[in-house]
Amino acid sequence: MSSLSRDDVAKLAGLARIEMSEAELVAFSNEFTVILDAVARVQEVAGADVEATSHPLPLRNVFRKDVVVPSLTPEEALSGAPAQEEQRFRVPQILGEE
Amino acid sequence: MSLTYDDVVAKYEPVLGLEVHVELNTNSKMFCGCSTIFGAEPNTQTCPVCLALPGALPTVNEKAIESTIKIGLALNCSIAPFSRFARKNYFYPDMPKNFQISQYDEPICVNGYVDVEIQTDEGTKQFRVEVERVHMEEDTGKSLHVGGATGRIHGADYSLLDYNRAGIPLVEIVTKIVPGTGKYAPEVAKAYVSELRDILRGLGVSDVKMEQGSLRCDANVSLRLIGSDVLGTRSETKNVNSLRSVERAVRGEMIRHAELLNKGERVVQETRHFQEDTGLTRSGRSKEQAEDYRYFPEPDLVPVAPDAAWIEELRAAIPERPSLHRKRLQEAWNVPAKEMEAMINADVLGIVEATVALGADPTKARSWWLGEISRLANERDTAIADLAITPTDVAAIVALVEKGELTDKLARQVVEGVIAGEGTPADVVAKRGIKVVNDDGALMAAIEKVCAEQAETAEKVRSGHLPAAGALIGAVMKETKGQADAARVRELLLAHLGQA
Amino acid sequence: MIRSTAAEMAAKLVAGEVTSVALTQAHLDRIASVDSDVHAFLYVDTEGALAQAAAVDAKRAKGEKLSPLAGVPLALKDVMAQKGIPTTCGSKILEGWRPPYDSTVVANLKKNDIVILGKTNMDEFAMGSSTENSAYGPTHNPWDLTRIPGGSGGGSSAALAAFEAPLAIGTDTGGSIRQPAAVTGTVGVKPTYGGVSRYGLVAFSSSLDQAGPCARTVLDAALLHEAIAGHDPKDSTSINAPVPQVVAAAKSGDVKGMKIGVVKELNGDGYQAGVRARFEESLELLAKAGAEIVEVSAPNFEYALAAYYLIAPSECSSNLARFDAMRYGLRVGDVDGASAESVMNLTREVGFGKEVKRRIILGTYALSSGYYDAYYGSAQKVRTLITQDFTNAFAKADVLVSPTCPTTAFKIGEKANDPLAMYLNDIATIPVNMAGIGGMSLPSGLADEDGLPVGFQIMSPVMKDERMYSVGAALEAALLSKWGAPLLDKAPIMGGAK
Repeated sequence: MSSLSRDDVAKLAGLARIEMSEAELVAFSNEFTVILDAVARVQEVAGADVEATSHPLPLRNVFRKDVVVPSLTPEEALSGAPAQEEQRFRVPQILGEE
Repeated sequence: MSLTYDDVVAKYEPVLGLEVHVELNTNSKMFCGCSTIFGAEPNTQTCPVCLALPGALPTVNEKAIESTIKIGLALNCSIAPFSRFARKNYFYPDMPKNFQISQYDEPICVNGYVDVEIQTDEGTKQFRVEVERVHMEEDTGKSLHVGGATGRIHGADYSLLDYNRAGIPLVEIVTKIVPGTGKYAPEVAKAYVSELRDILRGLGVSDVKMEQGSLRCDANVSLRLIGSDVLGTRSETKNVNSLRSVERAVRGEMIRHAELLNKGERVVQETRHFQEDTGLTRSGRSKEQAEDYRYFPEPDLVPVAPDAAWIEELRAAIPERPSLHRKRLQEAWNVPAKEMEAMINADVLGIVEATVALGADPTKARSWWLGEISRLANERDTAIADLAITPTDVAAIVALVEKGELTDKLARQVVEGVIAGEGTPADVVAKRGIKVVNDDGALMAAIEKVCAEQAETAEKVRSGHLPAAGALIGAVMKETKGQADAARVRELLLAHLGQA
Repeated sequence: MIRSTAAEMAAKLVAGEVTSVALTQAHLDRIASVDSDVHAFLYVDTEGALAQAAAVDAKRAKGEKLSPLAGVPLALKDVMAQKGIPTTCGSKILEGWRPPYDSTVVANLKKNDIVILGKTNMDEFAMGSSTENSAYGPTHNPWDLTRIPGGSGGGSSAALAAFEAPLAIGTDTGGSIRQPAAVTGTVGVKPTYGGVSRYGLVAFSSSLDQAGPCARTVLDAALLHEAIAGHDPKDSTSINAPVPQVVAAAKSGDVKGMKIGVVKELNGDGYQAGVRARFEESLELLAKAGAEIVEVSAPNFEYALAAYYLIAPSECSSNLARFDAMRYGLRVGDVDGASAESVMNLTREVGFGKEVKRRIILGTYALSSGYYDAYYGSAQKVRTLITQDFTNAFAKADVLVSPTCPTTAFKIGEKANDPLAMYLNDIATIPVNMAGIGGMSLPSGLADEDGLPVGFQIMSPVMKDERMYSVGAALEAALLSKWGAPLLDKAPIMGGAK
């Protein structure tokens, strides 16, 4: 009943920013049809009267005081950067909005 | 381009929607303890949390929650007894986690309103702008585009990212659609943002500096034929960085939409960028294919469930709405609107109010702050608030003048002394030896001396030519180094010359 | 020396019979001798470990008061950030990344002077049940090198079983501590969610992830549990309450009068005969020790696996978005004229393995507009039902028990191409994560048919972790007296160990 076409997978891969080969798209599409059938079972018992649990603990209102704590040094902050310039992270050209 | 604004509003009714983002002025960021100070060296205010290093977790700044609730209360919203953070998922290099922690279907404040007044052909008219929601989120980093001709994103070779701003608390205030403004839509938009800015400033929760980006407005505009109840396609204009621009952007978009519609073309639902220089908007990202943000409750944070006691505590700290407050002061002080405006523009209203609260006469307090003290501030090229003179000092000086212990002229010397850092008015009076000469004996001696020196003038006065007395009074004042009370000198002089 | 328990090692350190440097060196030597076969470690921090050991010895020489495990070595799952030490999460995308900060667990280990030997192998980003999903090659089960050591924390459990470390840290999202413990004949504990800070644990599924202790005995696990647990203001979901008294419980091992609930749904069909036999035997031993065995039912557990494979992928699709080649980690395709978007796409294609991609795509789907309610929303409702099942069951029993996994360790490669068969490994461990309660696996013997270790799972209510330690210690003691020697003595001798 549930299935994902090759194009559906391609759209999801786009949203998730993962390049995929044609073979991968097709393979995932076949697999997902099986997996989705298995996971769709949750719908059998998820009635309208059942509350959703997004978190295992019933905690509320956990806050921190508005106090400044030391930051990383810029060297530490940039230590993993694939590229840097002028103490900033250098990234390829950004397409899209300004 | 032949359409005039009047043509547009004769045929179409504009529908407004305004989204305002406000950076809160907390000391630390929304979800980590990094400083929020503006203008620091790049990437010096970052940590594992705001850089989204693997393993880091957010923690919520309590002050930001309180500020948001205060904003909600000031905008007449209901505060949700249960609200949650949600992740808004989309990839963008200035957003380290590639999701923004925001709020989705459970915002903290809902259903408020702001009443604004604008001047219409029929006089002052009030519009109610309804607020749909007020929610919390976090700011993004800043990108610097390198290469290309313009320094803009298009045509850049690469970009440099500074994450100091990433994670600064933002509050988003979203209005419901605002119909019924007719031709006044641009003015209503401007008045709303202006009123909002005043309210936020009054709450002390943000710097609300549009030019620095701590208050940003997106204006949504659509048109429909007058009489129609079908909403048109809207555009969302960003980059509107001043009050004047809000008005211009709305007006400009109304004309642009009308031109398209008149030509039988379609308005594209998209983001547009306002350009200060031309007053026009430029197309940005198309929203035709709406991004799927895949919101879901943020599992790293727990719900915010403010209890009534907390909300009431915050409500008690909400100041009177600035526009109402002003009206009340204007009536109480009996000041003309122009004078009120002058005080607001000079940013001394609060100081004058404080001075009056300390017992000073409103007119005197106003004239000191707007007059002499403003002049001295200008001379020193500093803000009045930065001068070393307080409402307490000014109230004390006004009181001294009233008691006759200072003349206006002497009081000016005292003001100058206080500003020069010589201490309180009492200190300055003591140190400089400033005092009104009200020892009648000393005054009489000076009067006799002056009358002897200027016997001819004295004779004129004695013979009833009172205007001549001015010259003698002036000379006496000079003789007493300005420390005498001119009124008393006049009294004694006239008595001495048989004119009392 | 390396076959001692951590508690014994600690006692020898206190008595001055051995130094931490010598103990650490012995483990480093053991790693050098057997890890080419086991491949439990991704990184061995020889210098750092010896320096830390020397520092503990110096403190001890000065007579400083030290914590119970001071000077004892430990293996750290590579999902925990440790300042300056490569942290890959078993993924290519993080190859070479050295965190500029310590996770809270690491900070606690350092505070307790526990010596960190290095980082252990794992399924990429903790997604898997076999460590076959590690980008750096699988870990081998010391009981049989052709078999998997469980996952995702197979490196940690294999290190314990191969005597490369007496203690290890694991993380458990759906069974990643307990299932590896079960298939390697070691002890693994998933504390109550919120009991141990998640700060610095690279997130797979935030609402399910929980770090915990791995060891060869229940007492060792308890000692490590107390060292790493406690409230952490850096983790908003950390519980602000005293740490359960697990060491005292492990020492007493008293189950007299305790009610032990056997979960009807976590047994029977689909469970290997040898697994069931060892489970029944353990129940008898517990009954003999004075516990009352009762049966409980949890009808909604049958939906747990489906709900898990929606919730975990959904959260992971968002948690793993940060691996985008912009600020750290791998960057692929950054050629002239490339856009940030294409570099992200290419890096994530090359940097992530197949299982990670599978779950990201699945999670992206489950959260997408139009499908959210049917998938993610429904899964959250199932979560409520499972929690209710636990509440009802705990009304009838102090702890609940089941086999940890349906089978013993399978062959490397056997299930690699069948994700659904692989997911079934976690069928008995997943409900615990869904409800946020505590769970332990300890060895209950070897399956008759294959001679491989079988795990016994004990589940305790939220913040009642001490209960599973009482029951675990009681069962461990009964089994030890039955066997006459620890189970691991039956494992093949590797590397000429004494």
